[in-house]
Amino acid sequence: MRLPVKKTYKLYVGGAFPRSESGRSYEAEGANVARASRKDLRDAVRAAREALPKWSGMTAYNRGQVLYRVAEIMEGRRAQFAELVGDEGEVDGAIDAWVWYAGWADKLAQVLGSSNPVAGPYFNFTVPEPTGVVGVVAPEEPALAGFVSRLAPAIVGGNAAVVVASEKHPLAAITLAEVLATSDVPGGVVNVLTGRKDELCPVLAAHMDVNAVDLAGAVGERAELERLAADNVKRVVTNGEGQSPWHIAAFLELKTVWHPIGV
Amino acid sequence: MTEIEKRQDRAPVVPSAFEYATAPESREIVRLEERYGLFIGGEWVEPRSGELQPTISPATEEELAEVSYAGPEDVGLAVDSAREAFDNGWSSIAPSERAKYLFRIARILQERSREFAVLESLDGGKPIRESRDVDLPLAAAHFFYYAGWADKLEYAFPNRKPRPLGVAGQIIPWNFPLLMLAWKIAPALAAGNTVVLKPAETTPLTALLFCDVVRQAELPPGVVNIVTGDGRAGAELVKHPGVDKVAFTGSTDVGKEIQRAVAGTDKRLTLELGGKAANIIFDDAPLDQAVEGIINGIYFNPGHVCCAGSRLLVQESIYEQVIAKLKRRMGTLRVGDPLDKNTDVGAINSKEQLEKITELVAAGEEEGAEIYQPPCRLPEKGWWFAPTVFTNVAQSYRIAQEEIFGPVLSVLTFRTPDEAVEKANNTPYGLSAGVWTEKGSRILAMAQRLRAGVIWANTYNRFDPASPFGGYKESGFGREGGLHGLEPYSRFE
Repeated sequence: MRLPVKKTYKLYVGGAFPRSESGRSYEAEGANVARASRKDLRDAVRAAREALPKWSGMTAYNRGQVLYRVAEIMEGRRAQFAELVGDEGEVDGAIDAWVWYAGWADKLAQVLGSSNPVAGPYFNFTVPEPTGVVGVVAPEEPALAGFVSRLAPAIVGGNAAVVVASEKHPLAAITLAEVLATSDVPGGVVNVLTGRKDELCPVLAAHMDVNAVDLAGAVGERAELERLAADNVKRVVTNGEGQSPWHIAAFLELKTVWHPIGV
Repeated sequence: MTEIEKRQDRAPVVPSAFEYATAPESREIVRLEERYGLFIGGEWVEPRSGELQPTISPATEEELAEVSYAGPEDVGLAVDSAREAFDNGWSSIAPSERAKYLFRIARILQERSREFAVLESLDGGKPIRESRDVDLPLAAAHFFYYAGWADKLEYAFPNRKPRPLGVAGQIIPWNFPLLMLAWKIAPALAAGNTVVLKPAETTPLTALLFCDVVRQAELPPGVVNIVTGDGRAGAELVKHPGVDKVAFTGSTDVGKEIQRAVAGTDKRLTLELGGKAANIIFDDAPLDQAVEGIINGIYFNPGHVCCAGSRLLVQESIYEQVIAKLKRRMGTLRVGDPLDKNTDVGAINSKEQLEKITELVAAGEEEGAEIYQPPCRLPEKGWWFAPTVFTNVAQSYRIAQEEIFGPVLSVLTFRTPDEAVEKANNTPYGLSAGVWTEKGSRILAMAQRLRAGVIWANTYNRFDPASPFGGYKESGFGREGGLHGLEPYSRFE
């Protein structure tokens, strides 16, 4: 009888798996899980900001391929995820969601952008661009599918994300982080924090270097989190569009460029 | 100061060679009431608040009329009236009929454009040349553009079923009073909503005259309600539970207050807030055109423009040349009577705004920037500020950081494109930016790297109803204009 080697569940920040700087953990799903501090959250935001130029500067085609790679690597660990969440259907749905969103990367500008016929001799067009750093509070359940359905639309358009995982079921998120770490997603594009939502969400909502927040999975007083988000005029998403390019659009800015036409 | 600049300062001012006779636009075309009520449910009603305040011409301090200041009860009545109009017809009439109402409004604005232009200049202080050639044509065009969308909404949103939201509460600023009204009301009605609009307290008159357009267009009562007043009325409108959507154009501070006020509700929100735009001039730019762009960027509607090019970034190698040209051009600006057709720079919109500009300019001098104002005679009455440029400005100065909202330009320099991008983006705002260079690939690279919602390349301050407008970062969210301007007024099944 061999004693299994147990995994330590840690945070995922800047492409590395650190423990919480606070040295704290909490017990969830039979494991000791890192309990991120406010300082960890601020570190994660800094990592996301640093990762942003590379990720947003990639061609959309390249970003799409990286996200497709996430699906490929997840597929290889399908059994592990199924055992973890106890529902094969949920795992399949999560993998397929990555494939679906991966395909959007190089279509967003065509569906969400426009060429504008202004009344004058100007070339004028509108293109979507990433808003910057997106804070995502993942829903409590389903832990894996919920996490993917909120994360994928936040990053496919070129944003970097800081995600607060399900508090009660954090293991799927950390296991998914292992997938992200081995899928050519540049370190820092996705940062995953586990811990107490009531401790982390207000800090995320108020952080002045976060451009948008998805509060769909937040616990407690939504109004208070939205008020905090107003300090730097964050884009706030509170509900789900479902699997949709409009969900992606909620985290994109629209830039309009004018240039005279002449010889 | 460099040697060249010193020489420029001593050079004779060019404009003295051009003396124009005055060419005042007649104000006969405008018939003002002594006092105005609130426009609710298609009728003029007395304010329940009982409060009346004068509206003043900033160019002469003349009291033009008395205007009602709506209280909570008045705002409530207006929202109820908008709700009733929404439930009893407006949301269910054929979209093609809705379109025709909007086309009518566009046409009436065109027909009565001179009347509106004169009133706009009287009440707000902007030059008649601007209200006549910019505000009015654009306002009419905005209604015309969105009229066409009213019965084509399903083509704007592939694979979604657009539905109206209900009652839109809209709050607009004093810098483009009628144009901002058009930006708000046209897409809201096109998408099938009804509106309660609150004009700015210092510029209510063209919105009140617009009520007569609503009457002439035979719009059903309650579809458009206009409640005048100050920030208190705006706050009431924002928090009224009967409002489904809030749209605000104004300062970033008030925008944040509004975002906090709607927190936790299901109200939809769009914010078009402040800016501190960089206008970037590279050494290969067509300099004479660029100088016109700088002038248009900051002295248009005397800098009372959220997207004004208030930070000039000049490449070091052409700095002295650009400043010399700019100062010479500033000397030709004619400041004075807004109703004079020769006037380039009109009055400052209000005493309060003049105080704010004066305070920030004093801060600029105190912090060590060098001020230049061309010699010009400012009228004795009214509120005025001479076109101003600051050189020797550091990034940290308040005049480089804060929105002045007046005819005040801060000049900074850069050496490389990277430095230009770094400095341009170093602000919490992100509404607009300008780039001047003859190199195509550089234009596209700069356009990509500047974090702002509108990029003007080799032009500045262009607007069009088909062109989406709105900010990044603390300049707000949501777009006005274009196909994208419909989304904030729609929900989807």
